[in-house]
Amino acid sequence: MTTKDQFRPEDHPNDNFLLTTVVGSYPKPKWLNRAKELYQDPDHEFDAEDWQEAKDDAARLITDEHERAGLDVVVDGEMRRNEMVEFFAHRIEGYEFNGPVKVWGHNYFDKPSVVREVEYDENWLVDEYEFTAAASDRPVKVPITGPYTLANWSFNEAYEDDEELAYDLADLVNEEIEKLVDAGARYIQIDEPALATTPDDHAIVGECLERIVDGISASDASGGSSDESDGVPEEVRIGLHVCYGDYSRIYPEILEFPVDEFDLELANGDYEQLDVFKDPEFTKDLALGVCDAHVAEVESVEQIEENIKKGLEVVPPEQLVVSPDCGVKLLPREVAYGKMANMVEAARNVEEDLDAGEIDVERGAPTPADD
Amino acid sequence: MTDYVSTTPGLFPLPDWAKDDLSDLKGHQKGDLISGDEDEEITAAYDEAREEVIGIQGEAGLDRVVEGQLRWDDMLAHPLAVHDAVETRGIVRYYDNNNFYREPVVQDDLAFSGDVASELESAAELAGGDALQAVLPGPYSLADLATDEHYGDEADFLAAIADFLAGEVEAFPTHETLFLLEPSLVENAPEDGVDERASEAIDTVASATDADVVVQPYWGALEEKVYAHLLDADIDAVGFDFVANQEDNVYNLQEYGATDAVSLGLADGQNTLVEDPEAIRDRVDWVYDQIPVTEFETVYLTTNTETFYLPYGKFEEKLAVLAEAADLAEVKAA
Repeated sequence: MTTKDQFRPEDHPNDNFLLTTVVGSYPKPKWLNRAKELYQDPDHEFDAEDWQEAKDDAARLITDEHERAGLDVVVDGEMRRNEMVEFFAHRIEGYEFNGPVKVWGHNYFDKPSVVREVEYDENWLVDEYEFTAAASDRPVKVPITGPYTLANWSFNEAYEDDEELAYDLADLVNEEIEKLVDAGARYIQIDEPALATTPDDHAIVGECLERIVDGISASDASGGSSDESDGVPEEVRIGLHVCYGDYSRIYPEILEFPVDEFDLELANGDYEQLDVFKDPEFTKDLALGVCDAHVAEVESVEQIEENIKKGLEVVPPEQLVVSPDCGVKLLPREVAYGKMANMVEAARNVEEDLDAGEIDVERGAPTPADD
Repeated sequence: MTDYVSTTPGLFPLPDWAKDDLSDLKGHQKGDLISGDEDEEITAAYDEAREEVIGIQGEAGLDRVVEGQLRWDDMLAHPLAVHDAVETRGIVRYYDNNNFYREPVVQDDLAFSGDVASELESAAELAGGDALQAVLPGPYSLADLATDEHYGDEADFLAAIADFLAGEVEAFPTHETLFLLEPSLVENAPEDGVDERASEAIDTVASATDADVVVQPYWGALEEKVYAHLLDADIDAVGFDFVANQEDNVYNLQEYGATDAVSLGLADGQNTLVEDPEAIRDRVDWVYDQIPVTEFETVYLTTNTETFYLPYGKFEEKLAVLAEAADLAEVKAA
């Protein structure tokens, strides 16, 4: 049994099972943004309790929306999070904020500065997980920003280099994941988009993942002080999401990472990079991006079926998971929903065709081009 | 006696109020980026922001004042992104940073635009008597950031970009210095033959002005041959990113010598840790200690990269540090 099988619904209609899920973020309801403005307005009576209630309502709403779309594994759409580094930096000792910085155009984020050694302070995601798990009968995935991205997308004022910072953050991520596992989480996705910006650092990301999953730091291995960490149990599914980059610079090295699944953005590039993963053999589960998160049009069910079949060129059905390319939070909400609903329908159709033996996809290394 | 000149390579962060106002006025999507024919309200916001960043350079006491390039949504690709002969397409990564710009695709002859000159005219008025510094992407980097669907040949394209930039420079108001930013010379180093052409292209742009021309590569050191060819161009100073790479930059200086002036990138343009002015002055001494040269005519003291990566408050602090470091260095040299 792979870690994927535990998420198969009991009443699943097909023999084949292509787990459907999302990367994590989802457009926030407009009223939630309005509620936040009210909460931040000192002249308004909308208080912390009201703001908490609004976030709870939004989390329930989006989890339900994921269920209505038919997803096998749901998320709360990260309704409590503003941005993938900022959210965590607010909860880690050692960070401070100095103002927004540019990403592109007029899109900014509050890039934090690490001003002293980072320390675990308060729970990051346990409350969020417990709330979502109680709000749904379906399995819940927990996306968590990876230590390499937390280090790389921060200003580093305190550490010799970003590598040392990333390793310290990895120990904190390990601590959080252990708490999540204790709380019942069985599917955790580590988001490392920064890996695509600095692919030469894949070894650092690998070392971070070793620290997270195995819970063994370099000092433990060399007989140094132990942090009494036992690592993540085998039945817990660990995924790694990497988006938007030249994957040939990190493959096949990433196959050595101690994770069960890689979640990749490929629809955005029209699967031009698919061949990268065919040779050598893809030995992990592939969570294939089958909807483009950067295009505000809903792909047809037929189009998504074709995209899913691209994944079958890389892995057999039992290793395939279906998701959008990336978080969908920048899309209009009805478009995000449309993409998910069509994605689920397409996945079920492909499963049916697989059951009926009607899909014949050649898998493996691409045929060399004729000279 | 060496003249220590505190300056920046331009491309400033927008003041926080302008970030908010322009987000509201322009929107967040690809289609909302600057086009070159923005409306009055947007123009007014940029005018106000320009006045502010020119004011703080004066207050900090910098020896050169730049326009700030606040309108450059596409960073160094801006002069092409607003050009009539260019179509902008998808969002692509700006080097290995977590920043993105619209891919400019050249589809027709790159005739004179005047966009940057117009910004500089406004800056010149605001700068009053302060010495103005013009900033442009170097021709090699601008060609590297763009896609050619018109010229059809890499050499022709580079030459056309150089001619285009030279034409823009000719339209500039009086300026004391021209900084040509050439990160691609490090990040995507030209191979044999191309390195010579890159140098010729820089020469073409540099020849279009009587001002001192500084070519500022960053994110590391130039490969030896690229550096050697760059010294052949008719420029006044080469820049060195001593934040990203000390060893190889010192090696180039030791092995191949330098122009009569140099630009030292000693403050980190991409980190909020604000340097101590004395520490920067000491780093200048350290550079002198490593090389046989006893004196340069001019030493430009600057951040190693553009500063738009920084939160606005930290950016302001960095400007003040650069100005103070140059004063300290001058006092010590005297």
